[in-house]
Amino acid sequence: MKLTLKIWRQSGANDKGALVDYQLDGVSPDMSFLEMMDMLNEQIINEGGEPVAFDHDCREGICGMCSMYINGEAHGPDRGVTTCQLHMRMFKDGETIYIEPFRAASFPVIKDLVVDRSAFDRIQHAGGYISVNTSGNTQDANATPISKIDADKAMDAATCIGCGACVATCKNSSAMLFVGAKVSQYALLPQGQVEAADRVLNMVKQMDEEGFGNCTNTGACEVECPKGISLENIARMNREFLKASI
Amino acid sequence: MTTLNSKIPKGPIKDKWTTYKDKIDLVNPANKRNIDVIVVGTGLAGGSASATLAELGYNVKAFAYQDSPRRAHSIAAQGGINAAKNYQGDGDSTYRLFYDTVKGGDYRSREANVHRLAEVSANIIDQCVAQGVPFARDYGGLLDNRSFGGVLVSRTFYAKGQTGQQLLLGAYSAMNRQIGRGKIQMYNRHEMMDVVIVDGKARGIIARNLVTGEIERHSAHAVVIASGGYGNVFFLSTNAMGSNVSAGWKIHKKGAFFANPCYTQIHPTCVPVHGENQSKLTLMSESLRNDGRIWVPAIKEDAEAIRAGKKKANDIAEEDRDYYLERRYPAFGNLVPRDVASRAAKERADAGYGVGHNETGEAVFLDFAAAIQRYGKEQAKIKNLDEKDAVLVTRLGKDVVEAKYGNLFQMYEKIVDENPYETPMMIYPAVHYTMGGVWVDYNLMTTIPGCYCIGEANFSEHGANRLGASALMQGLADGYFVLPYTIGDYLSDDIRTGKIPTDTPEFEQAEKEVKEKIDFFINNNGSKSVDHFHKRLGKIMWNKVGMSRNEKGLKEAIAEIKALREEFWKEVTVPGAADTYNEQLAKAGRVADFLELGELFAKDALERNESCGGHFREESVEEDGPQKGEAKRDDENFAFVSAWEYKGEPSDAVLHKEELEFNDIELKQRSYK
Repeated sequence: MKLTLKIWRQSGANDKGALVDYQLDGVSPDMSFLEMMDMLNEQIINEGGEPVAFDHDCREGICGMCSMYINGEAHGPDRGVTTCQLHMRMFKDGETIYIEPFRAASFPVIKDLVVDRSAFDRIQHAGGYISVNTSGNTQDANATPISKIDADKAMDAATCIGCGACVATCKNSSAMLFVGAKVSQYALLPQGQVEAADRVLNMVKQMDEEGFGNCTNTGACEVECPKGISLENIARMNREFLKASI
Repeated sequence: MTTLNSKIPKGPIKDKWTTYKDKIDLVNPANKRNIDVIVVGTGLAGGSASATLAELGYNVKAFAYQDSPRRAHSIAAQGGINAAKNYQGDGDSTYRLFYDTVKGGDYRSREANVHRLAEVSANIIDQCVAQGVPFARDYGGLLDNRSFGGVLVSRTFYAKGQTGQQLLLGAYSAMNRQIGRGKIQMYNRHEMMDVVIVDGKARGIIARNLVTGEIERHSAHAVVIASGGYGNVFFLSTNAMGSNVSAGWKIHKKGAFFANPCYTQIHPTCVPVHGENQSKLTLMSESLRNDGRIWVPAIKEDAEAIRAGKKKANDIAEEDRDYYLERRYPAFGNLVPRDVASRAAKERADAGYGVGHNETGEAVFLDFAAAIQRYGKEQAKIKNLDEKDAVLVTRLGKDVVEAKYGNLFQMYEKIVDENPYETPMMIYPAVHYTMGGVWVDYNLMTTIPGCYCIGEANFSEHGANRLGASALMQGLADGYFVLPYTIGDYLSDDIRTGKIPTDTPEFEQAEKEVKEKIDFFINNNGSKSVDHFHKRLGKIMWNKVGMSRNEKGLKEAIAEIKALREEFWKEVTVPGAADTYNEQLAKAGRVADFLELGELFAKDALERNESCGGHFREESVEEDGPQKGEAKRDDENFAFVSAWEYKGEPSDAVLHKEELEFNDIELKQRSYK
C-alpha cells in the first residue's frame, strides 16, 4: 500500500504546531497502525530527520498509552480497539490519513502526538481508591458474598484503560465517562460503600478543577471507547453525586 | 570462589517465615518518617511495594517510564492468579502450591522462597478483594476459580481475561491513596539511569526526566528495583515496547549478581509473526488449550500447499492430520507445560510441517472444531433439542466457545483477519517471561547492601520454568507481604542516618557518567537506527539462543553479539537533542544494555550443559527408553543457581554457584507421556 500521511508536528508545549505531509510506500495490510508509524519513523531517521513522537507501550490494547486521533476519530475508524490494535487493512491503497494528537485543554501536547494526561491521575488521587491498609489479617475474601450481577457490572466499569479517548472525542472535553467508570466500580461493591459520598464529591471536584467539561448526553464517548464503557456509568455517577450532595 | 549467602532461616520449612518475622528488627513509626525508599517500576511488584511501604510510614519515591503507574506491563496479564485458598475443596493446600511450583520449575528454584510464596498467596486474594478488585464470582456471590496447566486443582482466581489489569489497578489505587496523602512522590515519565553507591550501600539513583531530558539526583536509604523482565532482548516478545533490562543491568554493573539469565519462557500459543515490520507478539491465553486441539498436516505436501495458499486447513481430511501433542504425550495431551508444547511445535515446523501462510511460514493449528461439536451436542441434550441437526449443534457449540473465549477470539480476528470459529487459529511460540534475573537472598536483597529486587526482575521463585498464573502471585507477594518486612530489618540500622545528601562525589560521579553516555549518543552521528541493531540482536537470540540451544550455536551467538555491540557503538545514530522528549535516545540506552545482557545470556546457556525447564540443550536429551528425545536434566552437576558477577566485558563475568538443596521435595524427572 502507498499512503499519504498528514501528521501533526509540534516540537513542544509552547510551539504552534502544524500538519506535515509524508509519503509512505510498501505498507502491508497486515501491519498494525503503529507498525506503520514505526516504518515511517525508520524512513525519517534514515533521511536524517527527527521521528514523529507518539505514545505507545503494550501494543495489545490494554495499557491505554496509545492515543492518536486518526481521520477525525479517537483510535481511528475501527470500533472497540485502541490505535495499537487498528490494522492497515482498514485503509485503502493510495489513501490520505490525517493523524493528530488527542485534543483537549486538559491534555496539553508534550510533543507531536504525545499529550499529558496526568489530570486523569490527579482525579484518581482525589478518591479513586478504597482506604484499606495492607495486612495479612484482612477479612477472608469470601466473607462478604457479592451478587454476580453487581460484580460483573463493577468489572465492566473497571475495564476502563484510562486512554482519554472519551475526552478527546467529546465536544465538551468531558471526562465524565472516565470518572463515572471509577465511581461506579466502587459504588457497585459493598467494599466501596463506606467512602462512597466523599469519593464522588472529591473526584468530581478535582475533575472540575482540571478543566474538563460537562456531559450533555451526546454519547460519542461510548461509541469511541475502546473498551465499550457504558454511558450508564455517567448516570450512576450523577445519582451518587446527588445522593452525596443532599 | 565466594559462597553466596542466601540467608535462608533455619528450622522446618513450614515455620521459617513465621519465625523469621518474629525475630527481625522493626522500625518504630516515628522513625519511619525519617527514612526514604526509592522504588523503580510500578507494576504489580513495584506498585504494591510502594503503596505498602508508604502505608507503613516510609517516604517513598516511585519511578515509572510510562505516563502513569497504571500502564506498567503487569496490566497485560490475562489468565489469573494462583492462591492456595482451597475454596473448591479439591485438596489444595499451601504444601501443594509449593510442590507444584517447585516441580513446575523443574527443580531449579529455592525451596524456602517458594514455600513463603505459597504461604502468603491466600492473603493476596483477601487484600485485593478488600481493595475492590472485581474477581469473577459464581451465582452464590462467592469467588470463582479455574484450572491452569501443570496442576491438578482449581486454584486460579480471575477477572475475565484481564486479571493482570484488575490487580494492577488495585495496586495503583492503593498507590493513589498514598500519593494523595503525600507519602508517595510519583515520578512518571522518568527513567532510572544508574544506581548510586555510598560507602558500599545503595543510597540513590540518577534519573532522566523523559519529557525535559533533565538529569536528576534522588537519594534514599534503600533502593528497590521492580522493573520487570528482559524478554525484549529477543526484540520480538509479548512484552511491552518499553520493557527493558536497564535498571537490573545498571545495578549488575555496580555489584549485583545476575542469576540464570538463560531461563526464558517461550509461550506456545501466540499469534505468529507476520513479517519483517512486526514490532511485538500477542499472546493467546493458555486457557485455550483446555478446548483447542493442536495439529499440523501429517503429509508434507499438504503443509507445503497450505503455506503456498493452495489449500486451507479445512481441506485436510481428519486422517491426514497429526495431533502431535496427543500423539507424543497421551497422558497430558494438549495440556503439557509451556516449555514442552513450544519445543514440540518447533520440532514440527523445523521438519517441514509448519502451516504459516505468513511471510515466515512458522505456525501450527489450534483447532476448536471438535470442542464446538462436543459443546453443541451437550447443549442440545440439555435443552432437549435435536442433536442430529448439524447446523443447530454447531451454533450452540459456538455460543459456548464464545462465552468462554470470546475476547481472545475477537483479538485474534483483529490481528489475523480470519474467523477462528470457522477456521483453526494459527499459533506459534513466542518469548513471554524471564525466570532469570537479579540474584537476591531470602530478604530479596541483591549482593549490593540496601539494594532490593522484586517481581519478575529477580530470579527467585520460578526455577527454570514458570507455571501459568504464578507471575501475578509472585509480584504481589513480594510487594505486599514480603519486602515490607525484610526491608524494615535492614532499615532499622538507618534510624539515625538522617537525609542522604546528593551533593556528594558519589552522586556527582554517577551523574557525570550518565551525561557522558547521553552526549555520546547524541553526537555519534552513525548511519544506522537503534531499531536496526535491536532487530539484529533479536534474530541472533531467537535463532541461536531460543527454544533449542547447542554448543556450536551458542559460541557463534557469543561472537556475533560481541561484534554487533562493537558495531553499535560505532554506527548507531540518535536523532534529536538530549534536553527534550527523545524516544530514540531512551531506546538507545536500553538496547546498549540488551547488547551486553544478550552475550551473558548466551554464555550462561553454554555453561549450563543440561536441559531444564525452558532451557533446552540439544546435547542433553534422553537417548533410550520411553522418554527418548525428551529433555534430560542433570541434577548431579547442575542443581545450582548460576549467579554472575560483572567484571567488565560479559565474557569476563565470573560464575558463582548457589547450591540448591531439596529437603522437602524429592527430585524427579518430569514426565508427561
